[in-house]
Amino acid sequence: MLDITNKTIFIYSNKDKIDRTIAHWETFRMASASDDHTTNAKRMSIIVTKGSLDWAYPPFILATTAAAMGVDVTMFFTFYGLPLLLKKLDLQVTPLGNPAMKMPVMGMHMAMPNIVGMLPGVTAGATVMMKNLIAKKGVASIEDLREAAIESDVKMIACQMTMDLFEYKLEDMIKGPTLGGAATYMEGALKSDINLYI
Amino acid sequence: MADQTLDAQGLNCPLPILKAKKALKDMATGQTLQILATDPGATADFQAFCRTTGNELLESKQDGKVYSFLIKRTA
Repeated sequence: MLDITNKTIFIYSNKDKIDRTIAHWETFRMASASDDHTTNAKRMSIIVTKGSLDWAYPPFILATTAAAMGVDVTMFFTFYGLPLLLKKLDLQVTPLGNPAMKMPVMGMHMAMPNIVGMLPGVTAGATVMMKNLIAKKGVASIEDLREAAIESDVKMIACQMTMDLFEYKLEDMIKGPTLGGAATYMEGALKSDINLYI
Repeated sequence: MADQTLDAQGLNCPLPILKAKKALKDMATGQTLQILATDPGATADFQAFCRTTGNELLESKQDGKVYSFLIKRTA
């Protein structure tokens, strides 16, 4: 009697083990299948090095669009691009040293002389102006594009060296990015069809 | 008639594409999505999007300032 019970227990536990094994195998199979899919997909990597309001656009626009087109995207945030991962974004744009930046003034578009661009408050004013234009023209905010990037599984790597250099704290960053260095980037870049430095 | 309509009027690049992709993701294969947009760049972009993703662009037309696209989810 005791023997049978033991056997039963043995059989049950064995069945449980088999079930678990099957479940494991199933998970593994699904994971490798999705890996295969990932391998077949085109890949793109972007090194994001700039964090001003204007320069933040190209990487996020390309990353989200590529992801929408079935591309596996990795963004590597380094130097001044790293603050784009901060929870609270405070992006600014300056006309200083940028003769190509024409701003709407009295019905026309004008570049600002550098001597004006350097005055206190001009950066803040230009930023407000740019943000108004962005909203008026139906251009997405960086916050929205970043959210869309995360939603569409764009991989984000925060440069560990920059974190140390500029004393950023992980708890001030959005959830999702992993930490990595040049080798981490290179591993992905070597397998990529497109590598951009922005 | 399309199975679903997406109003992307007033939105600029790349939002019409991103929203279309999001809508297509939740649709069944064979269903159609109509997108209304005012971004003139959308014509070239939806062609490129469909060529790349394998979805079928059934129709692309312009009525005044409004562009209309009909995409069949095949991918």
